Amino acid sequence: MDVFLQQIVNGLTLGSIYAIVALGYTMVYGIVQLINFAHGEVVMIGAMVALTVIGSLAGANTGMPPIVIVLAGIACAVPVCMVVGFTMERVAYRPLRGAPRLAPLITAIGISIILQHLAMLIWSRNPLSFPQIIPNPVFEIAGASITGVQIAIIGLSALMMLGLTALVYRTRLGVAMRATSENPQVAGLMGVNINRVISSTFVIGAGLGAVAGVMVGTYYGIAHYTMGALLGLKAFSAAVLGGIGNLAGAMLGGILLGLVEALGAGYIGEFTDLCHVSWISSGLAERCARDGHVVLMGSNYQDVFAFLVLIAVLVFRPSGLLGERVGDRA
Amino acid sequence: MQLSRAPARLRSVALIFAVLALAACGKQEEAAKSAAPAAAGGATVVKIGHAAPLTGGIAHLGKDNEAGVRLAIDEANAKGMTIGGAKIHFEMMSEDDEGNPTKGPIIAQKFADAKVAGVVGHLNSGVTIPASAVYNTAGIPMISGSATNPKLTEQGFAVTFRTVGRDDQQGPAIASYLVSQFKPKVVAVVDDATSYGEGLANEVEKTLKAAGVTVLAREKGTDKTADWKAILTKLKGKKPDAIFYGGMDSGGGPLVKQGRELGLKAVFAFGDGACSDKMKELAGDASEGMVCSQAGIPAQAASKPFIDAFKAKFGSDPIIYAPFTYDAANLIIAAMQKVDSVDPAKYLPALKASSFDGASGHIEFDEKGDRKDAEITIFAMKEGKIVPVAIIKAGKTIPFEEFAKGAGA
Amino acid sequence: MAGKPMDVKVKIGIVLIALALAVLPFMLASVGTAWVRITNLAILFCLLSLGLNIVVGFAGLLDLGYIAFYGVGAYCYALLASPHFGLHLPFWIILPIGAGLACLFGVLLGAPTLKLRGDYLAIVTLGFGEIVRVFLNNLSQPVNITNGPQGITLIDPFKVDGFSFSKTETFLGLTFSGPIKYYYLLLLVLLVVIVVNVRLQDSRIGRAWVAIREDETAAQAMGINTRNVKLLAFAMGASFGGIAGGMFSAMQGFISPESFVLVESIMVLAMVVLGGMGNIWGVIAGAVLLSFVPEILRYTVEPLQKAAFGRLVIEPEVIRMLLFGLALVLMMLFRPAGLFPSKTRRREFAAGEQH
Repeated sequence: MDVFLQQIVNGLTLGSIYAIVALGYTMVYGIVQLINFAHGEVVMIGAMVALTVIGSLAGANTGMPPIVIVLAGIACAVPVCMVVGFTMERVAYRPLRGAPRLAPLITAIGISIILQHLAMLIWSRNPLSFPQIIPNPVFEIAGASITGVQIAIIGLSALMMLGLTALVYRTRLGVAMRATSENPQVAGLMGVNINRVISSTFVIGAGLGAVAGVMVGTYYGIAHYTMGALLGLKAFSAAVLGGIGNLAGAMLGGILLGLVEALGAGYIGEFTDLCHVSWISSGLAERCARDGHVVLMGSNYQDVFAFLVLIAVLVFRPSGLLGERVGDRA
Repeated sequence: MQLSRAPARLRSVALIFAVLALAACGKQEEAAKSAAPAAAGGATVVKIGHAAPLTGGIAHLGKDNEAGVRLAIDEANAKGMTIGGAKIHFEMMSEDDEGNPTKGPIIAQKFADAKVAGVVGHLNSGVTIPASAVYNTAGIPMISGSATNPKLTEQGFAVTFRTVGRDDQQGPAIASYLVSQFKPKVVAVVDDATSYGEGLANEVEKTLKAAGVTVLAREKGTDKTADWKAILTKLKGKKPDAIFYGGMDSGGGPLVKQGRELGLKAVFAFGDGACSDKMKELAGDASEGMVCSQAGIPAQAASKPFIDAFKAKFGSDPIIYAPFTYDAANLIIAAMQKVDSVDPAKYLPALKASSFDGASGHIEFDEKGDRKDAEITIFAMKEGKIVPVAIIKAGKTIPFEEFAKGAGA
Repeated sequence: MAGKPMDVKVKIGIVLIALALAVLPFMLASVGTAWVRITNLAILFCLLSLGLNIVVGFAGLLDLGYIAFYGVGAYCYALLASPHFGLHLPFWIILPIGAGLACLFGVLLGAPTLKLRGDYLAIVTLGFGEIVRVFLNNLSQPVNITNGPQGITLIDPFKVDGFSFSKTETFLGLTFSGPIKYYYLLLLVLLVVIVVNVRLQDSRIGRAWVAIREDETAAQAMGINTRNVKLLAFAMGASFGGIAGGMFSAMQGFISPESFVLVESIMVLAMVVLGGMGNIWGVIAGAVLLSFVPEILRYTVEPLQKAAFGRLVIEPEVIRMLLFGLALVLMMLFRPAGLFPSKTRRREFAAGEQH
């Protein structure tokens, strides 16, 4: 039982990170129907900036308490990423509004390549170790261990999700965002400054991405200039799983994907151990007696598992768990 | 009705072809001119190729490999060599193969076109193998300092060599060390599902099983995995005495760190991909006590001058494979000197018969081009530094102090 | 197609192009055989792009996992013509098997995803591509089928009796190296694929695809069996990928799952979009351009920097990637519908701007 609970804790932490990154994808998509493939790179830059700031502050012996240093890291990473997000939209996406749907996809790929290699120039090719300055106490709850960093990640993510929901449903900007996503032309006629709304969406998404970057760096203790690509892909899948364009969907999708990955890696091997059915052939029984296991699919298939769940959900609910139907132009 | 427009398009496509071809020709000729044995202070230029991924996920290792070759070549040039009656100036031609198997043969062909005298590379087995076929056709000797897949030298090519230990030399060494030192009953083997990681893990598993150790079902991440918690949690339930990971430091660091966070008490063991001080940086105190293996003799025992020269030139320690590419480049140069010719066909036999003391220990090649009786060194993380603890040679474990005394180093 | 008699100018144009393509490898080989290999790879990517163009350009189904079919074709060839299983079937038997197998995978992917539209389809195809790669990477346990990440070595080159495509031969005073022979073979296959594509575009099926792309519901109302027609698009596109994969396997002599990663799918898609979706010649131009640009940058960045600054300021490989990214962005900013947009696309785009 404690193993199961532990996997839930693992999955929740991972899922919270996915959810925050997925929000960046889904907000942009909801407003301009565009997959911002370079969002993963924004997350990477967030991690890198924070790493530099934390590293230099921690090394400078300023006497600041560690938690302040980390907050300073976040405080620097967020605006930098916001600028990146803003510039990206201005330079690569705004001129292409109204262009064929796939054109911004290619610019996004171009931007990703550029951001990655700029990061490589600035922060080197090496995998960098994230300064481990916060003491990371381990708590035991019902046989599962949870670290301070994990609690912080889950808590901070929940806070950010709440904040974002409040922003979208309680503020003027939020109303404007929703209006733009419903129908940009009409929103424009009603006096909404669409360009500003779209810019703010990118900026907010990038800010969330920056925090996610710091969380990833602190949690795993490693940052690398290619780290954004896979994370972005997973988060994007999470956004689609929940129904792209839908905030609650992104959160649900992210957490679900995290749980599926953790439980998949943890249990798929047990379920596909052919030794449960070793009676079907004597050769198999022999191998089982020798090795104790003949696993058909182990943790190596955890990505497959995640994608299969995604495909299954989409086949039965073609617009994701909470999404609405979207346009079908490629 | 489509036809009326087609010719214009066809022409424009043809035009693009032509322009590209011309552009290519122009550029290539320039390159060829500079490549010709031009005078660099009156010396004949001899090119040595180096290929590794210089962009992408493991670009840092590629750059490390490149640094090894550069150091060897700069040292040779500083000494000033005369081969075949002519003063020789070595030049490194370094190419980015992007770690992409498709690019391997193209880079190899580029080297062949530029008539390089020898090649050090590539880094990844998956790129080296397709490239080796081109080197074989062109008759250019290639020495990889990091491709560990046994298949590389089993294609029957006379020009393929490597200075690094094969998976099936290194795997048994670290496994037998684990068995003799820690006497584990249950071992978990994890890898990163790459050619290197899986290959090494397979060899470790074989040796462990042969020693009567229970090996748990293989767990795998990918070379980009940073989250090992799910796998480690599962392993924790099975209570292994040791965990071996086949993969690089970028995966291995988080693995140890998260393992200790989950309260795993097992010994962590690694191959050469995760055998560096970087592990301490990535995993913090969790890395203390881990063991790992490297092919050859540690540079600090075999060649202090190499480490010093490397630090002086690049301002940092070599990461992993730089000593091996350094040796590879030196082997090529030494073979050239021996037969007094830079012609690959002439110096190839000398290369094959090399007996050379390099930064990674003594090197001789067997008939396939693999390192003969490669010593494997076992390191352990002690107080944040990896230090050599034992040398494994022909299945025998020699404590490092004893070996160092014997070698007189 | 037929109807009007061919213009003399057109005939001359075709003859000239044919001549140029015939002598191209020798011109390239005279400057460096590497360029012949690069050209071969470009043709291979033309094949892939044309295949993907059927799915994305004609039928409007966004496919991000196209490289999976390439992988299926490549592994099919590798398994049936290498020492791995000890099978050495001739290529004219394997290539059709590979195409058929890839086609089957296309249907397998298509069938459950027919209901999905737009970006949902994109992510499912992406997942499918990854699933195929993960299977290729892991089917070495518990029974060794694909040899996992170690890959398959010593794959047979194409050969007909004693004539092997990997050997160098001299014929009529001309030296035909391995890459040059493959060039002609690839060109021949490309020609066939182009003809098939042109014929498809103008056929009933081609028009049905366009109808689906423009408005699926309307197409259905007009009596098009959208399910079958979409499946056909997946199947056709996939089989071209399968053929390309088989040829890749033979040329390369070694394959491993590393060659069939997501980035490759995205590259092929970039070629299709950049050239101009739905336009056969545009797609070819896109594939040629994206295959050559990085290689040309390889040859130019270093000397140019040395000429400008006298030394290397930034490592050439970094600049190469930066310029490549910049090129993608700029090309899209100035030609958002692709370099050579198809007629309908151009119209659509013009209409879009008037909004």
